Amino acid sequence: MPQSFDALVADFEAGKSAALARAVSIVENHRAGYDELMTRLHPQIGRAQRLGITGPPGAGKSTVTNLIVQSLRQEGHTAGVIAVDPTSPFTGGALLGDRVRMESVALDPGVYIRSMATRGSLGGLSARTAEVADVLDAFGFDRIIIETVGVGQTELDIARTADTTVVVLVPESGDSIQTLKAGVMEIADIFVVNKGDRPGADRLRNDIELMLGLRRGSTGNVPAHHGVQLRSFNPIRVAREAARAEDPERWTPPVLGTIASKGEGIDVLLAAVARHFRYLEISGALKGRRRIRLRNQVAEVVAERVRNRLWDDPETNAWLDAQLDLLESGAATPFSVADELLRRSGPLLTGVEA
Amino acid sequence: MRPIRVLVAKPGLDGHDRGAKVVAAALRDAGMEVIYTGLHQTPEMIATAAIQEDVDVVGLSILSGAHMTLIPRVLELLRADGREDILVTGGGIIPREDMDALEARGTGRLFGPGTPTSELVDYIHDWFEARESQTA
Amino acid sequence: MTTAEMLELDRLREEVVQWRARFDAAKKRNALFANSGDVVDPVYTALDVAGDGSAMELPGDYPFTRGIHATGYRGKLWTMRQFAGFGTAPETNARYKYLLSHGQTGLSVAFDFPTLMGYDSDHPRSEGEVGKCGVAISSLADMETLFEGIPLDKVSTSMTINGPAVILFAFYVAAAEKQGVDIRELRGTIQNDILKEYMAQHAWVYPIEPALRLIVDNFEWSAEHVPLWNTISISGYHIREAGATAAQELAFTLADGFTYVERGLARGLDVDDFAPRLSFFWDIHNDFFEEIAKLRAARRIWARHLKERFGAKDPRSLIMRFHSQTAGVTLTAQQPMNNIVRVAYQAMAAVLGGTQSLHTNSMDETLALPTEQAVQVALRTQQVLAYETGVPNVADPLGGSYYVEALTDKLEREAEALFEQIAEIGGVVHGLETGWLQRKIAESSSRQQWEIEQHRRTIVGVNEFVTEEGELTIPLLKVSEAAERDQRARMATMRAARDNTLVESRLTALREASRTDANLMPFILDCARAYCTLYEIRAAMEEVFGAYREPVFF
Repeated sequence: MPQSFDALVADFEAGKSAALARAVSIVENHRAGYDELMTRLHPQIGRAQRLGITGPPGAGKSTVTNLIVQSLRQEGHTAGVIAVDPTSPFTGGALLGDRVRMESVALDPGVYIRSMATRGSLGGLSARTAEVADVLDAFGFDRIIIETVGVGQTELDIARTADTTVVVLVPESGDSIQTLKAGVMEIADIFVVNKGDRPGADRLRNDIELMLGLRRGSTGNVPAHHGVQLRSFNPIRVAREAARAEDPERWTPPVLGTIASKGEGIDVLLAAVARHFRYLEISGALKGRRRIRLRNQVAEVVAERVRNRLWDDPETNAWLDAQLDLLESGAATPFSVADELLRRSGPLLTGVEA
Repeated sequence: MRPIRVLVAKPGLDGHDRGAKVVAAALRDAGMEVIYTGLHQTPEMIATAAIQEDVDVVGLSILSGAHMTLIPRVLELLRADGREDILVTGGGIIPREDMDALEARGTGRLFGPGTPTSELVDYIHDWFEARESQTA
Repeated sequence: MTTAEMLELDRLREEVVQWRARFDAAKKRNALFANSGDVVDPVYTALDVAGDGSAMELPGDYPFTRGIHATGYRGKLWTMRQFAGFGTAPETNARYKYLLSHGQTGLSVAFDFPTLMGYDSDHPRSEGEVGKCGVAISSLADMETLFEGIPLDKVSTSMTINGPAVILFAFYVAAAEKQGVDIRELRGTIQNDILKEYMAQHAWVYPIEPALRLIVDNFEWSAEHVPLWNTISISGYHIREAGATAAQELAFTLADGFTYVERGLARGLDVDDFAPRLSFFWDIHNDFFEEIAKLRAARRIWARHLKERFGAKDPRSLIMRFHSQTAGVTLTAQQPMNNIVRVAYQAMAAVLGGTQSLHTNSMDETLALPTEQAVQVALRTQQVLAYETGVPNVADPLGGSYYVEALTDKLEREAEALFEQIAEIGGVVHGLETGWLQRKIAESSSRQQWEIEQHRRTIVGVNEFVTEEGELTIPLLKVSEAAERDQRARMATMRAARDNTLVESRLTALREASRTDANLMPFILDCARAYCTLYEIRAAMEEVFGAYREPVFF
């Protein structure tokens, strides 16, 4: 039986896991109550450190995440984990199997694990994941881990919502250099080469260090650059701009080795994460990133409001349909129609949402 | 319409997961989000996962004969956390009279060996649509 | 080949062309004419086996395609070995006595899930599972009760146990000692095939390397102390039941076997010291001729590899002895009487394939453990086959059949191709760690499921010839909850009565030895004799080895 909203919030503030889970669902699906919930939770958001873990399939990310959570718990922290897996483009369904590798903390009351599917969205996913992370933050977890598969635009977006991004690679994950080129260089604050007991592990670490060094040669030592403009994310340009700005407080991504199956290397990894967080604090980058995150959130909400108010409006749609003949004949262009639509929509856009 | 979220779980010590994996794949192919727990789950682990993931359905696969202990325990734990609205279904090696007993105790329909996966998919879809139209 | 023979084949080739034209023009049923792997041709001729040497082979001669004994079944019938176990040791003891009195010639122990996974009956994880799927054995005391009144030097016992196999084996050896039996006389098998657990059945305890170490410890110890005992039953059954095709079952099982041989050799053992005691366990599925061909191919491949690759000299190292079980996965819950017929056909395939030992499933096993009545029918199925059909009178009677020989060759080629692929990915253990083997099985399983749901494969009574059934009319076995209560009570008594100081010191010795390279069998045996429980012994080693974490592959 669905609870009343106030009862849900009361349970949430009382620390009940079932209420947290329902709150996450409301936020994930932008269900009724989403606006109000996020508004209520807003003052509580911002205390948690957010860690992103990404990399190709088979790299052992979930195993690494499990070990990180175990260590964090031993240090007395609480952890919320969001595990993101791809939705099948053909069926719209998804197989979410990351929990299996986190069994050692499955019953720990200080750990919460939520599996999310990408649901075929690109930018939308990162916004949703960030909001779910906000909910976990507000609930009180002091560490939030966001784990995503693959290396692509989606993962880059999600990485931008984390304070520290760890990229986990393995010697066998295909052509490693190609992987490195696919945007990973820009998002990684820390590189981890897992399955260090396999042949090729040392070479991969070397290759990554070399690429970091090469970067140093051509465009300067590239800080893992977060907080860039939503609409113009060009890694190369960003790197060059940073070099030109001669930012003195640069973070050089360390390249670490782990054997997650044996639990080796995790303490060194966590030390690097802690070091990175201190760097973010000291350099002011943390505050900067969080401000960018809030800014992006506003932009997302604006975009969604526009979507809802404009495109759900029957009159707007009818007006646009009526312009199609003019567009076809060439009497109007998409640009003139768009400008006219915006001019007409002023009141609609600023109207109060029901 | 958001995807239906299903937890597919193997309670107890039974390690035969061919059926559970076939079901998980079929549900995914039917557009559902399936959280697969892996083997050797205790009722506590299953209930915790179901609650954290806020699933609509829990599907249990048991071939070891321990269903009369393990399934009621899952029901109890979900109820204790206020989530008796989650549909508990499943199948495996469960004689008809035990299925009747379990259904009387609060599970949904249970399915025997040889049931086509399409039947399970339809059952879950129908249940979900009925629930959504109630709360709409 | 002589000129006359070549001319005969040419003539035959032309006739086949003409036959093919008639065949193609004729009306045909709309059905899937395929076995587990491939479509089969409508007819086979001498052309399909031309150049094949095996038709010239004899049973008992290398490479043993036609059987491992010169006498076939005239020397000895196969062992009728019905897998059984449920509830507590006293209840199963009674079932064993029933089966022995009805003509069963070997015992086969089915353990419950807690025992299979190394948990004592009174462990919290065991709740609800004690005695449900097999007999609960938590210590030497239970093992003694299980075989009370059954002299262990007079029976051959097969124990289906894997993860904690060496522990249960220690209980058995200690129970024999208690009976006053000379353990050198013990005959039987422990399944003890951990590789297929990681691949298919999933009843594991320790990670791969420590598990393999225990298996080789057992090879070594048994060669010296229980020379008649089969230390392993390298199994295809579970791999097949998980969805593999016949060719995959054949290849993956043999690949596991080769891995165990490699590990034994790596320990410094001579192949002829332990290979004679390696045995196999195959599934007997629906496609009648494919299964027969699979068994013939299996013998041939094993013999060739042991001789040519591993340099075995003792002829007993080259012969593949195996147990078979009719395929559980083919049984249906709908119209369960049909299962009697399925099992009969499968049993015949097993015998035509030359099995040394056979378990026939009971008709009610999709619903519950078998009742006495159902298991009697299953046993009689074997007895009718043995005594009334005349099939055992002739060794490898299908030898020389164009179809069976061609299919034997084909399965051998497919297996060899899979061996190459496995070698390319780095071997069986690596294949298990990366999930390559598990994924192959999952793909076959999905394909079969799709074929059934699309009605391309007919399952009588399930997707075809369905009847509206009322209540099930056959009685089912119910294992009562009392079994769990009784077992807990027995364990409490045992724990109180034993020398707990001795228990502690024996477990400590085992734990310490686990950190070294020592052969652990004597330490485990010492623990068994002191009435350490299954879980206590398992946990002592687990502290050193760790536990296996399941990697999930779809």
